[in-house]
Amino acid sequence: MDLSLLSRLNALRAERRPGVLVTDLATNAQRLVTPDGFAGDALADELDAALRMGRSGTVEKDGGRWFLTVQAPPVRCVVTGAVHVSQALAPMAKLCGIDVTIIDPRTAFASPERFPDVRVLAQWPDEAIAGLGGFDRYTAFVAVTHDPKIDDPGLIHALRSECFYVGALGSRKTHGKRVERLTAQGFAPADIARIHAPIGLDIGAVSPAEIAVSILGEIVAALRKKPLRAEQAA
Amino acid sequence: MLANEDDILREAETWKRAGRGVAVATVIETWGSAPRPVGSHLVIDGEGRFLGSVSGGCVEGDVVAQAIDVIETGRPTTLEFGVADETAWRAGLSCGGRIKVYVERLD
Repeated sequence: MDLSLLSRLNALRAERRPGVLVTDLATNAQRLVTPDGFAGDALADELDAALRMGRSGTVEKDGGRWFLTVQAPPVRCVVTGAVHVSQALAPMAKLCGIDVTIIDPRTAFASPERFPDVRVLAQWPDEAIAGLGGFDRYTAFVAVTHDPKIDDPGLIHALRSECFYVGALGSRKTHGKRVERLTAQGFAPADIARIHAPIGLDIGAVSPAEIAVSILGEIVAALRKKPLRAEQAA
Repeated sequence: MLANEDDILREAETWKRAGRGVAVATVIETWGSAPRPVGSHLVIDGEGRFLGSVSGGCVEGDVVAQAIDVIETGRPTTLEFGVADETAWRAGLSCGGRIKVYVERLD
Protein backbone atom coordinates (compact mmCIF):
# COMPACT_ATOMS: atom_id res chain seq x y z
CA MET A 1 0.00 0.00 0.00
CA ASP A 2 1.24 3.41 -0.87
CA LEU A 3 1.76 5.64 2.16
CA SER A 4 -0.04 8.47 0.37
CA LEU A 5 -3.15 6.26 0.03
CA LEU A 6 -3.12 5.35 3.71
CA SER A 7 -2.55 8.98 4.53
CA ARG A 8 -5.59 10.02 2.48
CA LEU A 9 -7.67 7.29 4.12
CA ASN A 10 -6.67 8.53 7.56
CA ALA A 11 -7.39 12.14 6.57
CA LEU A 12 -10.87 11.21 5.35
CA ARG A 13 -11.60 9.54 8.65
CA ALA A 14 -10.44 12.55 10.64
CA GLU A 15 -12.91 14.66 8.63
CA ARG A 16 -15.75 12.14 9.17
CA ARG A 17 -15.87 11.44 5.41
CA PRO A 18 -16.41 7.98 3.89
CA GLY A 19 -14.18 6.17 1.42
CA VAL A 20 -13.40 2.69 0.11
CA LEU A 21 -9.90 1.37 -0.51
CA VAL A 22 -10.02 -1.09 -3.43
CA THR A 23 -7.29 -3.72 -3.70
CA ASP A 24 -7.08 -5.82 -6.87
CA LEU A 25 -6.13 -9.22 -5.46
CA ALA A 26 -4.61 -10.35 -8.79
CA THR A 27 -2.40 -7.34 -9.52
CA ASN A 28 -2.22 -5.77 -6.02
CA ALA A 29 -3.12 -2.42 -7.60
CA GLN A 30 -4.98 -0.12 -5.21
CA ARG A 31 -7.21 2.91 -5.43
CA LEU A 32 -9.17 4.98 -2.93
CA VAL A 33 -12.68 5.88 -4.04
CA THR A 34 -14.95 8.43 -2.33
CA PRO A 35 -18.73 8.44 -2.95
CA ASP A 36 -18.48 11.19 -5.57
CA GLY A 37 -16.34 8.78 -7.60
CA PHE A 38 -18.54 5.68 -7.23
CA ALA A 39 -20.61 6.29 -10.35
CA GLY A 40 -17.54 6.37 -12.58
CA ASP A 41 -15.95 3.27 -11.03
CA ALA A 42 -16.08 -0.22 -12.56
CA LEU A 43 -17.31 -1.52 -9.17
CA ALA A 44 -19.94 1.21 -8.68
CA ASP A 45 -22.73 -1.04 -7.34
CA GLU A 46 -20.37 -3.06 -5.14
CA LEU A 47 -18.85 0.10 -3.65
CA ASP A 48 -22.27 1.55 -2.96
CA ALA A 49 -23.49 -1.64 -1.28
CA ALA A 50 -20.33 -2.09 0.79
CA LEU A 51 -20.41 1.48 2.08
CA ARG A 52 -24.10 1.31 2.89
CA MET A 53 -23.58 -1.80 4.98
CA GLY A 54 -20.37 -0.40 6.43
CA ARG A 55 -18.78 -3.77 5.75
CA SER A 56 -15.38 -4.61 4.23
CA GLY A 57 -15.22 -7.68 2.02
CA THR A 58 -14.08 -9.48 -1.11
CA VAL A 59 -16.03 -8.99 -4.33
CA GLU A 60 -15.81 -10.91 -7.60
CA LYS A 61 -16.84 -9.51 -10.94
CA ASP A 62 -16.00 -10.36 -14.56
CA GLY A 63 -13.33 -12.84 -13.46
CA GLY A 64 -11.54 -10.34 -11.18
CA ARG A 65 -11.33 -10.32 -7.37
CA TRP A 66 -11.03 -7.25 -5.23
CA PHE A 67 -10.92 -6.57 -1.53
CA LEU A 68 -12.86 -3.52 -0.40
CA THR A 69 -11.71 -1.86 2.81
CA VAL A 70 -14.70 0.20 3.80
CA GLN A 71 -14.27 3.26 5.90
CA ALA A 72 -17.54 4.76 7.04
CA PRO A 73 -17.52 7.47 9.70
CA PRO A 74 -18.87 6.32 13.06
CA VAL A 75 -22.61 6.82 13.14
CA ARG A 76 -23.73 9.23 15.79
CA CYS A 77 -27.05 10.12 17.31
CA VAL A 78 -27.71 13.57 18.70
CA VAL A 79 -30.67 13.84 21.04
CA THR A 80 -32.38 16.92 22.44
CA GLY A 81 -33.87 16.01 25.79
CA ALA A 82 -32.10 14.41 28.75
CA VAL A 83 -35.33 12.60 29.56
CA HIS A 84 -36.39 9.09 30.56
CA VAL A 85 -36.55 7.86 26.94
CA SER A 86 -33.00 9.08 26.27
CA GLN A 87 -31.76 7.36 29.43
CA ALA A 88 -32.86 4.09 27.83
CA LEU A 89 -31.87 5.04 24.29
CA ALA A 90 -28.26 5.96 25.08
CA PRO A 91 -27.02 2.53 26.28
CA MET A 92 -29.03 0.69 23.58
CA ALA A 93 -27.58 2.87 20.82
CA LYS A 94 -24.10 2.34 22.22
CA LEU A 95 -24.56 -1.44 21.93
CA CYS A 96 -25.35 -0.88 18.25
CA GLY A 97 -22.09 1.02 17.83
CA ILE A 98 -23.79 4.41 17.67
CA ASP A 99 -22.13 7.31 19.43
CA VAL A 100 -24.70 9.29 21.43
CA THR A 101 -24.68 12.96 22.45
CA ILE A 102 -27.51 14.40 24.51
CA ILE A 103 -28.32 18.10 24.57
CA ASP A 104 -30.50 19.69 27.24
CA PRO A 105 -30.06 23.18 28.67
CA ARG A 106 -32.02 22.18 31.79
CA THR A 107 -29.22 21.25 34.16
CA ALA A 108 -31.54 19.28 36.46
CA PHE A 109 -32.15 16.90 33.53
CA ALA A 110 -28.67 16.98 31.99
CA SER A 111 -26.83 15.61 35.00
CA PRO A 112 -24.00 13.06 34.79
CA GLU A 113 -25.72 10.95 37.48
CA ARG A 114 -28.66 10.38 35.18
CA PHE A 115 -26.41 9.62 32.21
CA PRO A 116 -23.29 7.70 33.19
CA ASP A 117 -20.82 7.24 30.29
CA VAL A 118 -22.84 9.42 27.92
CA ARG A 119 -21.80 12.78 26.52
CA VAL A 120 -24.36 15.24 27.87
CA LEU A 121 -24.19 18.91 26.90
CA ALA A 122 -26.08 21.24 29.26
CA GLN A 123 -26.38 23.89 26.55
CA TRP A 124 -28.99 25.29 24.19
CA PRO A 125 -29.06 23.38 20.89
CA ASP A 126 -27.62 26.20 18.73
CA GLU A 127 -24.52 26.41 20.87
CA ALA A 128 -24.17 22.66 21.40
CA ILE A 129 -24.62 21.75 17.72
CA ALA A 130 -22.11 24.40 16.64
CA GLY A 131 -19.68 22.84 19.11
CA LEU A 132 -20.25 19.44 17.50
CA GLY A 133 -19.31 20.88 14.11
CA GLY A 134 -22.87 20.59 12.79
CA PHE A 135 -24.62 17.48 11.48
CA ASP A 136 -23.41 15.29 8.60
CA ARG A 137 -25.04 12.40 6.72
CA TYR A 138 -23.85 9.92 9.38
CA THR A 139 -25.84 11.73 12.05
CA ALA A 140 -29.30 10.84 13.35
CA PHE A 141 -31.19 13.58 15.17
CA VAL A 142 -33.83 12.75 17.77
CA ALA A 143 -35.98 15.36 19.50
CA VAL A 144 -37.66 14.11 22.67
CA THR A 145 -38.06 17.04 25.09
CA HIS A 146 -41.70 17.85 24.17
CA ASP A 147 -40.56 21.48 24.53
CA PRO A 148 -40.51 23.46 21.25
CA LYS A 149 -37.98 25.92 22.71
CA ILE A 150 -35.46 23.07 22.85
CA ASP A 151 -36.59 20.66 20.11
CA ASP A 152 -37.29 23.18 17.34
CA PRO A 153 -33.79 24.68 17.10
CA GLY A 154 -32.38 21.14 16.84
CA LEU A 155 -34.93 20.18 14.17
CA ILE A 156 -34.09 23.31 12.19
CA HIS A 157 -30.39 22.35 12.20
CA ALA A 158 -31.27 18.77 11.24
CA LEU A 159 -33.52 19.78 8.33
CA ARG A 160 -30.84 22.09 6.96
CA SER A 161 -28.29 19.24 7.08
CA GLU A 162 -27.84 15.84 5.44
CA CYS A 163 -28.81 13.92 8.62
CA PHE A 164 -29.82 10.39 7.60
CA TYR A 165 -32.57 10.34 10.21
CA VAL A 166 -34.70 12.99 11.90
CA GLY A 167 -37.31 12.00 14.47
CA ALA A 168 -39.49 13.94 16.88
CA LEU A 169 -41.54 12.70 19.82
CA GLY A 170 -45.13 13.80 20.16
CA SER A 171 -48.66 12.96 19.15
CA ARG A 172 -50.07 13.77 15.72
CA LYS A 173 -51.64 16.88 17.23
CA THR A 174 -48.30 18.00 18.70
CA HIS A 175 -46.67 17.32 15.36
CA GLY A 176 -49.37 19.31 13.57
CA LYS A 177 -48.42 22.39 15.59
CA ARG A 178 -44.75 21.65 14.91
CA VAL A 179 -45.43 21.54 11.18
CA GLU A 180 -47.10 24.97 11.45
CA ARG A 181 -44.10 26.45 13.27
CA LEU A 182 -41.58 24.98 10.80
CA THR A 183 -43.66 26.14 7.85
CA ALA A 184 -43.62 29.64 9.35
CA GLN A 185 -39.83 29.30 9.49
CA GLY A 186 -39.83 28.79 5.73
CA PHE A 187 -39.50 25.00 5.46
CA ALA A 188 -41.20 23.33 2.51
CA PRO A 189 -43.52 20.34 3.02
CA ALA A 190 -40.88 18.02 1.51
CA ASP A 191 -38.33 19.15 4.11
CA ILE A 192 -40.77 18.72 6.97
CA ALA A 193 -41.73 15.27 5.64
CA ARG A 194 -38.21 14.10 6.54
CA ILE A 195 -39.24 14.17 10.20
CA HIS A 196 -40.35 10.79 11.52
CA ALA A 197 -43.32 11.76 13.67
CA PRO A 198 -44.76 10.25 15.71
CA ILE A 199 -41.24 8.97 16.31
CA GLY A 200 -40.30 5.29 16.20
CA LEU A 201 -41.49 2.10 14.54
CA ASP A 202 -45.11 1.24 15.24
CA ILE A 203 -44.58 -1.60 17.72
CA GLY A 204 -47.07 -0.39 20.28
CA ALA A 205 -44.28 0.80 22.58
CA VAL A 206 -45.44 1.99 26.00
CA SER A 207 -42.55 2.26 28.45
CA PRO A 208 -39.56 4.58 27.91
CA ALA A 209 -37.35 1.57 27.13
CA GLU A 210 -39.83 0.25 24.57
CA ILE A 211 -40.05 3.68 22.95
CA ALA A 212 -36.24 3.69 22.83
CA VAL A 213 -36.34 0.31 21.03
CA SER A 214 -38.81 1.67 18.47
CA ILE A 215 -36.67 4.77 17.87
CA LEU A 216 -33.48 2.74 17.56
CA GLY A 217 -35.16 0.30 15.16
CA GLU A 218 -36.24 3.22 12.99
CA ILE A 219 -32.70 4.66 13.03
CA VAL A 220 -31.16 1.31 12.01
CA ALA A 221 -33.69 0.95 9.19
CA ALA A 222 -32.89 4.46 7.93
CA LEU A 223 -29.19 3.63 8.04
CA ARG A 224 -29.20 0.18 6.46
CA LYS A 225 -32.12 -0.14 4.09
CA LYS A 226 -31.54 0.88 0.53
CA PRO A 227 -34.02 3.46 -0.66
CA LEU A 228 -36.62 1.59 -2.70
CA ARG A 229 -35.79 3.26 -5.96
CA ALA A 230 -38.51 1.42 -7.86
CA GLU A 231 -41.11 2.69 -5.42
CA GLN A 232 -39.75 6.20 -5.60
CA ALA A 233 -39.93 6.10 -9.37
CA ALA A 234 -43.49 4.77 -9.34
CA MET B 1 -5.16 1.94 24.09
CA LEU B 2 -5.88 1.18 20.44
CA ALA B 3 -9.57 0.48 20.48
CA ASN B 4 -10.41 0.03 16.82
CA GLU B 5 -9.23 -0.52 13.25
CA ASP B 6 -9.10 3.21 12.66
CA ASP B 7 -6.57 3.81 15.39
CA ILE B 8 -4.46 0.95 14.07
CA LEU B 9 -4.25 2.42 10.56
CA ARG B 10 -3.40 5.83 11.96
CA GLU B 11 -0.61 4.23 13.95
CA ALA B 12 0.67 2.48 10.80
CA GLU B 13 1.05 5.85 9.12
CA THR B 14 2.86 7.26 12.15
CA TRP B 15 5.28 4.32 12.20
CA LYS B 16 6.04 4.67 8.50
CA ARG B 17 6.62 8.40 8.78
CA ALA B 18 9.03 7.70 11.64
CA GLY B 19 11.10 5.68 9.16
CA ARG B 20 10.13 2.17 10.23
CA GLY B 21 9.46 -0.68 7.80
CA VAL B 22 5.74 -1.41 8.07
CA ALA B 23 3.40 -4.13 6.81
CA VAL B 24 -0.39 -4.12 7.02
CA ALA B 25 -2.20 -7.46 7.37
CA THR B 26 -5.95 -7.52 6.68
CA VAL B 27 -8.48 -10.32 7.18
CA ILE B 28 -10.00 -10.57 3.68
CA GLU B 29 -12.12 -13.70 4.01
CA THR B 30 -13.47 -15.86 6.80
CA TRP B 31 -15.29 -19.19 6.83
CA GLY B 32 -17.14 -20.65 9.77
CA SER B 33 -16.93 -18.90 13.08
CA ALA B 34 -13.68 -16.99 12.69
CA PRO B 35 -12.71 -14.93 15.72
CA ARG B 36 -12.10 -11.62 13.96
CA PRO B 37 -14.27 -10.12 11.22
CA VAL B 38 -13.29 -9.35 7.64
CA GLY B 39 -11.50 -6.00 7.55
CA SER B 40 -9.63 -6.51 10.84
CA HIS B 41 -6.04 -5.29 10.72
CA LEU B 42 -2.70 -6.22 12.20
CA VAL B 43 0.11 -3.73 11.67
CA ILE B 44 3.68 -5.02 11.91
CA ASP B 45 7.06 -3.29 11.84
CA GLY B 46 10.42 -4.66 10.62
CA GLU B 47 11.37 -5.74 14.12
CA GLY B 48 8.22 -7.72 14.68
CA ARG B 49 6.38 -5.25 16.86
CA PHE B 50 2.67 -5.33 16.13
CA LEU B 51 -0.69 -3.75 16.89
CA GLY B 52 -4.24 -4.99 16.39
CA SER B 53 -5.28 -8.56 15.63
CA VAL B 54 -6.46 -10.86 12.85
CA SER B 55 -7.49 -13.71 15.14
CA GLY B 56 -7.92 -14.25 18.82
CA GLY B 57 -4.15 -14.54 19.09
CA CYS B 58 -3.51 -18.00 17.64
CA VAL B 59 -2.10 -17.02 14.22
CA GLU B 60 -0.59 -13.61 14.95
CA GLY B 61 2.86 -15.14 15.41
CA ASP B 62 2.83 -16.63 11.90
CA VAL B 63 1.46 -13.45 10.36
CA VAL B 64 4.18 -11.38 12.02
CA ALA B 65 6.90 -13.73 10.73
CA GLN B 66 5.51 -13.57 7.18
CA ALA B 67 5.07 -9.82 7.42
CA ILE B 68 8.76 -9.36 8.15
CA ASP B 69 9.47 -11.15 4.82
CA VAL B 70 6.96 -8.93 3.06
CA ILE B 71 8.66 -5.83 4.50
CA GLU B 72 11.94 -7.08 3.02
CA THR B 73 10.72 -8.19 -0.39
CA GLY B 74 7.87 -5.71 -0.92
CA ARG B 75 5.82 -8.54 -2.42
CA PRO B 76 2.25 -8.79 -1.04
CA THR B 77 1.08 -12.25 -0.03
CA THR B 78 -2.10 -13.99 1.01
CA LEU B 79 -2.00 -16.39 3.96
CA GLU B 80 -4.61 -18.92 4.92
CA PHE B 81 -5.14 -20.37 8.37
CA GLY B 82 -7.42 -22.86 10.00
CA VAL B 83 -8.29 -21.77 13.49
CA ALA B 84 -9.61 -25.16 14.54
CA ASP B 85 -6.48 -26.45 16.23
CA GLU B 86 -6.05 -27.52 19.82
CA THR B 87 -4.52 -24.23 20.88
CA ALA B 88 -7.52 -22.33 19.62
CA TRP B 89 -9.85 -24.70 21.40
CA ARG B 90 -7.99 -24.34 24.67
CA ALA B 91 -8.09 -20.57 24.40
CA GLY B 92 -11.87 -20.80 24.21
CA LEU B 93 -12.07 -19.61 20.61
CA SER B 94 -14.56 -20.83 18.12
CA CYS B 95 -13.68 -24.07 16.36
CA GLY B 96 -13.89 -24.78 12.67
CA GLY B 97 -13.08 -21.28 11.53
CA ARG B 98 -10.68 -20.47 8.73
CA ILE B 99 -9.32 -17.09 7.75
CA LYS B 100 -7.49 -15.60 4.78
CA VAL B 101 -5.11 -12.73 5.49
CA TYR B 102 -3.64 -10.31 2.93
CA VAL B 103 -0.24 -8.93 3.91
CA GLU B 104 1.24 -5.92 2.13
CA ARG B 105 4.11 -3.53 2.68
CA LEU B 106 3.44 0.13 3.29
CA ASP B 107 5.60 2.01 0.77
